Amino acid sequence: MDPYLRVTDLRVSFPTADGVLRAVEGVSFAVEGGRTLGVVGESGSGKSATALALLGLHDLRRATVTGQVTIGGRELVGRPETEIRRLRGRNVAMIFQDPLSALHPYHRVGRQIAEAYRVHHRGAGRGETRRRVIEMMDRVGIPQPDRRYDQYPHEFSGGMRQRVMIAMALVNDPALLIADEPTTALDVTVQAQILELLTDLRAEFRTAIVLITHDLGVVGQAADDVLVMYAGRIVEQGHVEQVLRTPQHPYTSGLLASVPSLRGDPEADLRPIPGSPPSLTELPTGCVFHPRCRHAGALGDRCRTEPPELRVVGTGGHRLACHLPTRERARRRAEDTTRAGVAR
Amino acid sequence: MLRFLVKRTLSAVLTLFAVSVLTFLMFFALPRDPVSGMCPRNCNPERLERVRQELGLSDPLVVQYGGYMRGVVAGRELGAAQGGHCDAPCLGWSYVNNEAVTDTLVRVLPVTLSIVVPAAVLWLLLGMGLGLVSALRRGTWVDRVAIGFSLTGASLQLYFVGAVLLLIFVYTLGWLPVPGYTSLLDDPVRWAGGLVLAWLSLALLCSANYARLFRAQLLETLGEDFVRTARAKGLPRSAVYGRHALRAAISPVITVAGLDVGAALGGTVITETTFGIHGLGRTAVDAVRAGDLPTIMATVLAAAVFVVLANMLVDLLYAAVDPRVRLG
Ligand SMILES: Nc1ncnc2c1ncn2[C@@H]1O[C@H](COP(=O)(O)OP(=O)(O)OP(=O)(O)O)[C@@H](O)[C@H]1O
Ligand code: SF4
Ligand SMILES: [Mg+2]
Repeated sequence: MDPYLRVTDLRVSFPTADGVLRAVEGVSFAVEGGRTLGVVGESGSGKSATALALLGLHDLRRATVTGQVTIGGRELVGRPETEIRRLRGRNVAMIFQDPLSALHPYHRVGRQIAEAYRVHHRGAGRGETRRRVIEMMDRVGIPQPDRRYDQYPHEFSGGMRQRVMIAMALVNDPALLIADEPTTALDVTVQAQILELLTDLRAEFRTAIVLITHDLGVVGQAADDVLVMYAGRIVEQGHVEQVLRTPQHPYTSGLLASVPSLRGDPEADLRPIPGSPPSLTELPTGCVFHPRCRHAGALGDRCRTEPPELRVVGTGGHRLACHLPTRERARRRAEDTTRAGVAR
Repeated sequence: MLRFLVKRTLSAVLTLFAVSVLTFLMFFALPRDPVSGMCPRNCNPERLERVRQELGLSDPLVVQYGGYMRGVVAGRELGAAQGGHCDAPCLGWSYVNNEAVTDTLVRVLPVTLSIVVPAAVLWLLLGMGLGLVSALRRGTWVDRVAIGFSLTGASLQLYFVGAVLLLIFVYTLGWLPVPGYTSLLDDPVRWAGGLVLAWLSLALLCSANYARLFRAQLLETLGEDFVRTARAKGLPRSAVYGRHALRAAISPVITVAGLDVGAALGGTVITETTFGIHGLGRTAVDAVRAGDLPTIMATVLAAAVFVVLANMLVDLLYAAVDPRVRLG
């Protein structure tokens, strides 16, 4: 089966006063129905810029988008707004990080969900729409949907608001759901509930999900595949078990080392990656990660001069963009583990 | 919602009370003799003394204030020289105009309302229209023309614009009569004809502010998350703007409009002077010149009432627009 979403060599850049800001640089991936792709990376790595491009939501007067985004066999990049609009909300839906600001403060939630339904179901009457909306609110776990239909977003808790967003996104049975940090603004228990809800709904409707987060813990809980982004590029890509159990890229290892829940030992000292992400208008030469990489010196000048390609390593579609040879990576990883063990 | 209404009304009443006390203190407790200004010519000491008596100026301030407020609420007896019984709302007697101050107000209020209300409608429509167009066509020549217009408008002076309009439409082309006030009820056409230049010049000047405000507000709103959500639903542009962006961008406009209209109702002195129309503004200025205390007091109070009412209206509109406000 053809994957529902296929992205090929996506590039997004913004002209700014300091020069062209390259937010996404040649990103390619695919997602099939019923699977969840986690996209991780630090702030500014281009996750949201990628997500917005999937719905054609960039303001093309201020952003340049190239490459291909194919949704259900239809190409999106470069198509007129009116054409993309028919896909939005019907084939592809999106939920955002902060449900409070993403919902219109002045409109009743029921009306907001109904609006999403009616724009793609022109013939739907009032009664039918209301029934559908209440059914959806019920499905995403909003208690007393009949009563809450007429309430405003500020009368909901954070978790309930995100459920409203999810109901709104799923009201048209989209084949693809893009969730941009859907749980970042929520506390941990609610976060787990929302992730569970997404997983259930994916199984039920066979939706393809792109789950964007900066938290590898979220990826571990809810994703099948994962894509690690750094400075607008993919540095590692593969099945969740592969990537989380045997991370290959030094950046992925660094991210993992800074997530307590995944290391099984909450007491262990967290090691954040030293340094900070590069300026996207003045990228480092060679491997964009080299100024922060502990292994950058191991290969002479190579890391500083030659950008690594994303290539297949091992089995099962695990891909990686790093010059370090496999054997060397394995040796260094083993060393790290022992060192960490000793330090404890 | 009911609680909100009650709360707002109470606070409005309190504000008015405070304003009335302050005004009273300011004008009646001034060290200079308030009476000497009241009869500019041929006043003999006996007459002055009688006026003082009739105004109760030798009573303690609290008693004076009490008398005044009782007059406002229930009417009061004034001396024979002040027209005898004075019905509520009694605002005192003007020796300068030789009539009850209430009568003066009743005469000039419709004039000011006739100037301000249509002008406000015009300037809001014009300003918001311009703001909307330039936000939609941001960065194009349409936008630049609209911004240029509002910058020009904001830097002009009313008496200049008014004089130019008068020169063109009244004295050169002769399309309009010399401005003046006719009651709307008597003759709507003459009412409009006599005031249209005042409306236009006020609209021209004030709309500039609204155009810039509304444009900035719209652009800010268009960057909001909920607008992105609206687009992500697949709504057409017209719905994204009409149903989602406009309503959110309108709140600050309501505030500014409320303040402006409230202030304008208190007297459009320059407009009235430019077009030779006698409304509340001119009445206030004349009263100040003549030292006509009861009239000054009344015009200040009227202005305060307008500002307070406008503020209340703003709050109500806000609550109608934004459900979050209704809780308070
Ligand atoms: N409209 C824009 N104009 C200019 N620069 C932009 C714009 N949108 C995003 N950027 C820049 O593009 C880069 C990538 O932004 P993006 O929002 O995709 O990051 P992100 O990975 O989603 O980060 P976060 O975790 O903070 O959401 C950032 O440096 C950001 O400043
Ligand atoms: S290519 Fe070099 S600098 Fe980049 S991640 Fe690999 S070892 Fe580090
Ligand atoms: Mg983001």
